[in-house]
Amino acid sequence: MMKEELETTNRPDNTAFTQQRLPAWQPMLSAGIVIPGFVLIGLAFIGIGVALFITSQNITVLEKDYTGVETTSDCYKCSNPSDKNCTCKLEFSLSTLFEGPVFFYYGLSNYFQSQRSYGASKDEYQLSGDLDYFKTPISACSPYQYDANQNPIVPCGSLANSMFNDTFKLYQIVNGTKKLVPFDGKGIAWWTDYNIKYRNPSVTPLKNAFNGTVKPSFWSKPAYELDTSDPSNNGFVNQDFLVWMRRAALPDFRKLYRRITEGDYARGLPAGNYSLEIAYNYPVLSFGGRKKVVFSNVSWMGGKNQFLGIAYLVVGSLCVVMSMVMLIVYAKFKFPEDD
Amino acid sequence: YLHCFGRDERRVDSRTIYVGHRPCPATDTFIPPKFCDNRIVSSKYTVWNFLPKNLFEQFRRIANFYFLIIFLVQVIVDTPTSPVTSGLPLFFVITVTAIKQGYEDWLRHKADNEVNKYLVTVLEDGRRARKESEKIKVGDVVEVVEDETFPCDLILLQSSREDETCFVTTASLDGESNHKTHYTVPDTEKGLESLSATVECEQPQPDLYKFVTFFSLCVVSLRSLGPENLLLKGATLKNTQKIYGVAVYSGMETKMALNYQGKSQKRSVVEKSINAFLLVYLCILVSKALVCTTLKYVWQSQPGQEEPWYNQKTQKEKDANLYLNMFTDFLSFMVLFNFIIPVSMYVTVEMQKFLGSFFISWDKDFFDPEIQEGALVNTSDLNEELGQVEYVFTDKTGTLTQNSMEFIECCIDGFQYKNRDSSTELDGFCVTDGPVSMLQQKAGREELFLRALCLCHTVQVKEGFIASSPDEVALVKGAMKYGFTFLGMESKNMRVMNRDKDVETYELLHVLNFDPVRRRMSVIVRSKCGDIMLFCKGADSSIFPRVRQEEVDRISMHVERNATEGYRTLCVAYKLLSSEEYAQADAGLREARLALDDREEKLMAVYNQVETGMSLIGATAVEDRLQEEAAETMEALQRAGMKVWSTCYACRLFQRGTELLELTVRTLEDGGRRREERLHEVLLDYHKRAVQDPPPVKTRVTRSWTSAKQDYGFIIDGATLSLVFNSSPDSSHYKSLFLQICQNCTTVLCCRMAPLQKAQIVNMVKNSKGSPITLSIGDGANDVSMILEAHIGIGIKGKEGRQAVRNSDYAIPKLKHLKKLLLGHGHLYYVRIAHLVQYFFYKNLCFILPQFLYQFFCGSSQQPLYDAAYLTMYNICFTSMPILAYSLLEQHICMEVLMSNATLYRDVAKNAMLRWSPFLYWTLLGVYQGLLFFFGVRFLFSNPALQDNGQVFGNWSYGTIVFTVLVFTVTLKLAMDTRHWTWINHFVIWGSLAFYMFFSFFWGGIIWPFLRQQRLYFVFANMLRSVSAWLVIILLILLSLLPEILLLVLRKPRWPHSRQVRYTHI
Repeated sequence: MMKEELETTNRPDNTAFTQQRLPAWQPMLSAGIVIPGFVLIGLAFIGIGVALFITSQNITVLEKDYTGVETTSDCYKCSNPSDKNCTCKLEFSLSTLFEGPVFFYYGLSNYFQSQRSYGASKDEYQLSGDLDYFKTPISACSPYQYDANQNPIVPCGSLANSMFNDTFKLYQIVNGTKKLVPFDGKGIAWWTDYNIKYRNPSVTPLKNAFNGTVKPSFWSKPAYELDTSDPSNNGFVNQDFLVWMRRAALPDFRKLYRRITEGDYARGLPAGNYSLEIAYNYPVLSFGGRKKVVFSNVSWMGGKNQFLGIAYLVVGSLCVVMSMVMLIVYAKFKFPEDD
Repeated sequence: YLHCFGRDERRVDSRTIYVGHRPCPATDTFIPPKFCDNRIVSSKYTVWNFLPKNLFEQFRRIANFYFLIIFLVQVIVDTPTSPVTSGLPLFFVITVTAIKQGYEDWLRHKADNEVNKYLVTVLEDGRRARKESEKIKVGDVVEVVEDETFPCDLILLQSSREDETCFVTTASLDGESNHKTHYTVPDTEKGLESLSATVECEQPQPDLYKFVTFFSLCVVSLRSLGPENLLLKGATLKNTQKIYGVAVYSGMETKMALNYQGKSQKRSVVEKSINAFLLVYLCILVSKALVCTTLKYVWQSQPGQEEPWYNQKTQKEKDANLYLNMFTDFLSFMVLFNFIIPVSMYVTVEMQKFLGSFFISWDKDFFDPEIQEGALVNTSDLNEELGQVEYVFTDKTGTLTQNSMEFIECCIDGFQYKNRDSSTELDGFCVTDGPVSMLQQKAGREELFLRALCLCHTVQVKEGFIASSPDEVALVKGAMKYGFTFLGMESKNMRVMNRDKDVETYELLHVLNFDPVRRRMSVIVRSKCGDIMLFCKGADSSIFPRVRQEEVDRISMHVERNATEGYRTLCVAYKLLSSEEYAQADAGLREARLALDDREEKLMAVYNQVETGMSLIGATAVEDRLQEEAAETMEALQRAGMKVWSTCYACRLFQRGTELLELTVRTLEDGGRRREERLHEVLLDYHKRAVQDPPPVKTRVTRSWTSAKQDYGFIIDGATLSLVFNSSPDSSHYKSLFLQICQNCTTVLCCRMAPLQKAQIVNMVKNSKGSPITLSIGDGANDVSMILEAHIGIGIKGKEGRQAVRNSDYAIPKLKHLKKLLLGHGHLYYVRIAHLVQYFFYKNLCFILPQFLYQFFCGSSQQPLYDAAYLTMYNICFTSMPILAYSLLEQHICMEVLMSNATLYRDVAKNAMLRWSPFLYWTLLGVYQGLLFFFGVRFLFSNPALQDNGQVFGNWSYGTIVFTVLVFTVTLKLAMDTRHWTWINHFVIWGSLAFYMFFSFFWGGIIWPFLRQQRLYFVFANMLRSVSAWLVIILLILLSLLPEILLLVLRKPRWPHSRQVRYTHI
């Protein structure tokens, strides 16, 4: 009795796990699986690649630099930063219909929105409408936390302060007269940013919430006057502001400004001459940056990008070629493991 | 002058002890000398110094120190990540290790106390006093009773035995379980209470067999004492009621303590590799940080970039010192990239080792029904080292052999007698291959032979037979089987019961003791009818020259055959002494025994003189049976590329055709010249034969076990080894010669080694070129120092106590289990942990490389590419479980195949999977994938409008796409490496990926109130809404795994598939 007890206590458990004998699947990649697999993957990739490539080819893009570096450019006159309220024109013509809906982007280069101190320089509690943080913005906003008179800046921080403030108006020249192309400023920012993440304080009128605060030094008007015509696009939920606050990943970036979806232009921009009137406010030359505008239409894959299509084609053909090589290798060595 | 000088010199390297602390009346001043107390300390810490000392030890580890620095930097400097990310895991690791080490030390304290608080009896001014063992002082007279161990090194003063001797066994010191005779100091037996004497002995030294002492009874003259007067601490008193001795060495100065080596923490080669890789990655890390810091300041020096209007500095930043800024920037970069060396790797490695070691103790193949125990794992740090063993040192008695001798056969006058069956002893004996006509004469010779076996020994009868060597017992028992039973001693008479059940008595006149140089022993007895006979037994080489040649010719063939069979052979001879001859011998022996100087030499001369002109009767063969499957195990180990060194003589270790090179006291004595000269000669000769002459083709390429090359076996004994080690200034030359010879032999035997000598041999091999991995296996206390010295120490749960098991790293019940432990578990553990280490470095390289590359696109501003949650969770949750499961369960080749093909062990020998070339491969793979992840997404983001609604993605989307590709790629890479998919693997691999998806949704799906920045809000969900993001993720995963897939397909399967092998077995 005693002995049996000992045996049960000391003898190791005879289970599959403790004896390292769990049933196991031991995959063997044999030529019979790999070669057809590679061919299939390769063909699929080539198929996707062709689709991507053609889609990308069909996207029309019109890019215009308006920094005004060249003296010939109309915006050259505005490139002097001391010059306030300067407007310049950018003229172009379309020979065929620019198919719609057309998306209108502005682009900046050599602009580092991705810098750490820059990106951290905002107060998300403030931007979600928490009034406590209107009085005392977080220190990360420094040097745009308080102004010289120790008034809190709302919205605080470098990111908000440097909001892009060039404005554009597009005219079609029809028989010598300028016809305004209507811009749609809705739906340019992420739905969640607009509806959830950024909130105005629940104070009406909105202006009262900003009592005792000052606007960011670079701004020409306070946040509650960003869009006085539409309360749902004003303050912190102004879509231009939201687009700006979503930091770009790379120093050369573009951001969505407007969509052209309305009226005569819902089908796109018809052939003809156009004039873009630019209120030139945003200085970029001091840090060697450039500004541009981009007209583009989009497909299911987004904007024009040749990279994906080409990459898919290359990888797809690589797979097919490799399966051929493997076939030759295996034919020579008589499928060593497939017996 | 000369005399004085001599005395001075002696005083320096000797100590003077006053027996019983009584000064000599003659000496005017008595200065009680100071010696250390009798406390044994094997513990490392005390309560007070535990915390600082343990922390110091832990932070001496390069990794721990590094993490401490990173943590401090994060606390002090404004860094992109929180100090908690590195502080918490570090705290966890340090605490767990401290608790473990503290517990181990507590156990050592307990063991020490057991020894130190043991009560002993000390004579103090004529009274017997009980004292704790630790309070014994040098000079105390100590009483020890039978079966007690000596509490310190004693000089034997008085014994309860009449013949002024006592018996001890030194099993726990040198593994010899026989009874050794020790002698009292002459003329001291009267009046211990009033004895005043001084002992002048040398300073403590570890050699067990060396002891030179002068004992002076104050008034009477000097006496010189030797090792036969010294009782060593750790030895046990046997067959003697009690003895008195004076303590000469105590505590840590005893020979046992000097032979004991502290248990130092053993580090595996894998850990050394990890540290080397760590250094490489540290360099990568530092250079990355340096590059980024430089770039930052170069870039800032361009006009307009130092402080663009949109990103102005604060006043504090403007005021700060430029160089200080540079330094803090450097530190920030270090912190940003520090994930390249993750704490989690150390946690995972520790966990793998800890959990993995359970599989050893759980293995039912290691369970021995006899002792009702399985394997025991004392250290989990060395699991993988079991797969790297190059040298195996094994102890003989109890480890390789069962230490139970068995009488196999004998040979009388050239006729062979096999012990067929003990039940039919008489019949079996009479049926011989001898001619019938000689039967009468034969019977007489037979009886003579058996009487010789019954008389020529030092066996005592006491509930069975007790003897100094198990061979003697085997012989006496053998004689018993044939009808002659030794009944024991009665005063000076030996009583033997013969075949007719009559008791014969013989008066024992002299015993000519066995010694290793003569290799024989004799007794002189007087029979009832007055004949004086000398019986002698010994090794063939020591008997043959002393008998007639024609007798030798009849027997030598049998002896040689038995010897090649692996039996121990002894020859038995006898001669009749006439009364004159005996009188002469008797006088010579008595005189020599009483000689004060050179007693050994004089005795030897008399022995040699008496043992001549004998007549050879026969020979015996005794087998020391090997442990079950010992030979098979050793053969498998040798096939696996290990060299087996043994501290024994077990002939089956030598294959037939192995040429034996012997370097023992015997070979050195032959020349009759000084030992050192002879040693030099022999060494050079062997070196020429074993190292230079046969071109030692490394058979590694052919991997065939039976190569055409001549195999050599090498035999050396303890005395010769100490000559090799400490002979002369050019001993280093001998040492290297010796080492070279040994390394060219397939098997090396070392006999009669002191524990420290065993350790010395292990140490010599361990520190030789290429620092091979050594494994020691033993079962007795005498193996402890060897077990501690080797990289891996294995204890056998044998009969010789638990000392070896306690000090070992792993303990197994039988020698045969070594095969599975090394070839099976060891191999798998090595592959697992090597893959774990490489994979960890790889996955963190391709984790951090994109973050580094991103610095070129964010103005080198330490902007993290990934969200903080991803940075922290990557190593903890998303990618940790699959590799842990892999490193516990993977069996790239199944256990049976590993066991049956021992040569597979060579595939991972010499740390094959953690050398620089595989490391480079993994690193390149990591770099390739890191580059691919980053630039693939970079090209995609050349137009960040990735959604069909024209909206653009920002920097967090960028990072999340890279991170998603990363998590999937490294997990799938592991899936591809997994050869053994259990349900656990499936669960953790697919579970990790699912968890990543789930977590990302969850993390980005809620506005977390405790977070300042909701930067990942809906980033992941938005990413999944973009077809382009999906496509780029799939593309990059496939492209980064493509080289691996190709390699996997094109590489031929190296090992037979386990299922196929199973079929062939059926």
